[in-house]
Amino acid sequence: MSDSGSLNSGAVLEEVAAQELPARLTPRAATRRKRGWFQVLRPLTPRARLLFGILSFVLPIAAWCVVSYVPFVWHPQVEITDPGSVDYLQVGMRMNKADFASIVAEAKSDHKDPPQGVSSNPIYLPAPHEVAKAMYTAFVTPPPTKDSPWLHQSLWHSIQVIFWGFVISSIIGVPLGILCGTYAAFARVSEPFIEFFRYLPAPAFGALAVAILGIYDGPKITIIVIGTFFQQVLIIANTTRKLDVALVEAALTLGTRNFKLLWRVVIPGILPDLYRDQRILLGWAWTYLIVAELIGTTSGITWFITQQARYQHFDNVYAAIFIIGIIGLGTDIVLALLARRLFPWDRGLAKTA
Amino acid sequence: MTHMNKMIVPGELPSYLDQSAAVRARFDRLKAREVILKVDHLSKVFTTGKRETLALNDISFETHRREFLCVVGPSGCGKSTLARILAGLEDYTSGEVLLQGQPVTEPGSDRGMVFQGYTLFPWLTVKKNVMFGLEINGKSRHEAEQQALQWLQLIGLEKFAECYPHQLSGGMKQRVAIVRALANQPRILLMDEPFGALDAQTRARMQAHLLEIWRKIDITIVFITHDLDEAIFLADRVLVLSAHPGEVQELIEVPVPHPRSTNQFITPEFLATKARLEELIHKGAGHDAEEDEGTYQMVTRLTDVTDDVD
Repeated sequence: MSDSGSLNSGAVLEEVAAQELPARLTPRAATRRKRGWFQVLRPLTPRARLLFGILSFVLPIAAWCVVSYVPFVWHPQVEITDPGSVDYLQVGMRMNKADFASIVAEAKSDHKDPPQGVSSNPIYLPAPHEVAKAMYTAFVTPPPTKDSPWLHQSLWHSIQVIFWGFVISSIIGVPLGILCGTYAAFARVSEPFIEFFRYLPAPAFGALAVAILGIYDGPKITIIVIGTFFQQVLIIANTTRKLDVALVEAALTLGTRNFKLLWRVVIPGILPDLYRDQRILLGWAWTYLIVAELIGTTSGITWFITQQARYQHFDNVYAAIFIIGIIGLGTDIVLALLARRLFPWDRGLAKTA
Repeated sequence: MTHMNKMIVPGELPSYLDQSAAVRARFDRLKAREVILKVDHLSKVFTTGKRETLALNDISFETHRREFLCVVGPSGCGKSTLARILAGLEDYTSGEVLLQGQPVTEPGSDRGMVFQGYTLFPWLTVKKNVMFGLEINGKSRHEAEQQALQWLQLIGLEKFAECYPHQLSGGMKQRVAIVRALANQPRILLMDEPFGALDAQTRARMQAHLLEIWRKIDITIVFITHDLDEAIFLADRVLVLSAHPGEVQELIEVPVPHPRSTNQFITPEFLATKARLEELIHKGAGHDAEEDEGTYQMVTRLTDVTDDVD
């Protein structure tokens, strides 16, 4: 009941005029009712939405901080601060606590200077501030060799691979999906095979793609296309099938035929949902990126990550991984905001955005 | 619901067959007009798996130009199926449906339809919804826009031309749906319980709107409803169907004079017609309908309120 006010907003309603009074009363009644966070299928207030949205990032980061900064939580290793008399130890070396303890004991029993150390986490878990710093320094640190790319160049290369993979997949996948959803014959002649093919892991085609397309971007884009395309056809076909048949029937009784029915009713009818599907699929395309970039000559952000991991610069590794996340989430938010502009009539927006 | 007027003793009412001179003259003029829709021995069998269900059996009737025909019947009498067949959305098993002599085989712009659900295109503004059929049928954008605005004026919604359907109330949506269908200038307007989803007050206002539109333009209306008051209030004639299978029970000429107003709900002609419809519907529903929907077992009373107020 509390929704009826917002549902009709923006229109002066002649029909409702008679019931205007009780309708006006409902929002006030709604605020008087007890509001809790755990109400089944009830939307949160805008403030609570914002709060919980921020919390969803704060909670994992807080957990990471606890593990990194509270010395008695985890910290299974010791970082050497002073090697003492032990000549094979160096400042900054890490070792398991048990090993360190036995070295210390040995040194003491020999009446030599024992090494000093502080408890630390393994090198593969840098602290948040180190990663935060790396997010900046990774961009300004020159590449190890002159001909290898800077981080921003690596990223741009990855974005291009994703873009072309997704575009090529969509050029074929979207129309085919719509046709499958619209015409049962299309669905029947293509969907069983696509169902089979989508279970084949895209990276399995890596070697084949290299043999056919060489070692540069061709096979990488191909992997992303293979990873996206088959899901895309099936998802969009399903979305198309969910179009309200009554709209098609209404169009039929208005004299709409054949191609116009597809072009003027089916496609505009599914467009907001199609757009949502594409957003989800673009996310999936990113998940194929790393595998795709390992094929042939390693390139893009994957090249950066593997390089940095080789030098044990794990702060840079995390920074690069998070940058992928930021780009992905950023794109999705931009696309979601764009959807409000593009589809002002869409009622599903409130639920997702 | 149908038992509401049980108290009326039929003897006190005139026969529903009695027509005043004015009403009789009106029917004479109506029947002298050309036949727009002729349904001839129409039957429809639904096949689900191996089971065949006879939904409509041997339906025959005619409507004349500018006639308002209501189709009523108990649930399961196939009145919606009939509307869909007339629209061309459903095929039929035997018989014939002729629109101005031409057999109906598929949907077309010569038969407009208004559905119970709101079938306005959500991605189009109100104006563009009304323009849709006009553009599909070859009118230029400019011409379509001019006509659409005129239609919106007729229903008093020109202020909402640029709104999207979700911004309108249910009654407003159905008014737009009606003019969207009418904009194509169909020979006949099929309405399948168009006001069924509206609340009582809105429905009453919509009925008055519809009569007003119908008075102003040359349109024949076939209106499906289960609301007997609505049928009598709107119709020139009421086609009563029985259920399982759907068959024509009677084609009743409504003796309530025109122009119609809500005051007529308690006139003797109105009540007599309603009494007759109730009698037919009750009979037509038969025994199996009641068995289908279950009956109350008046054995136990499951209440623990002790104040004896019923």
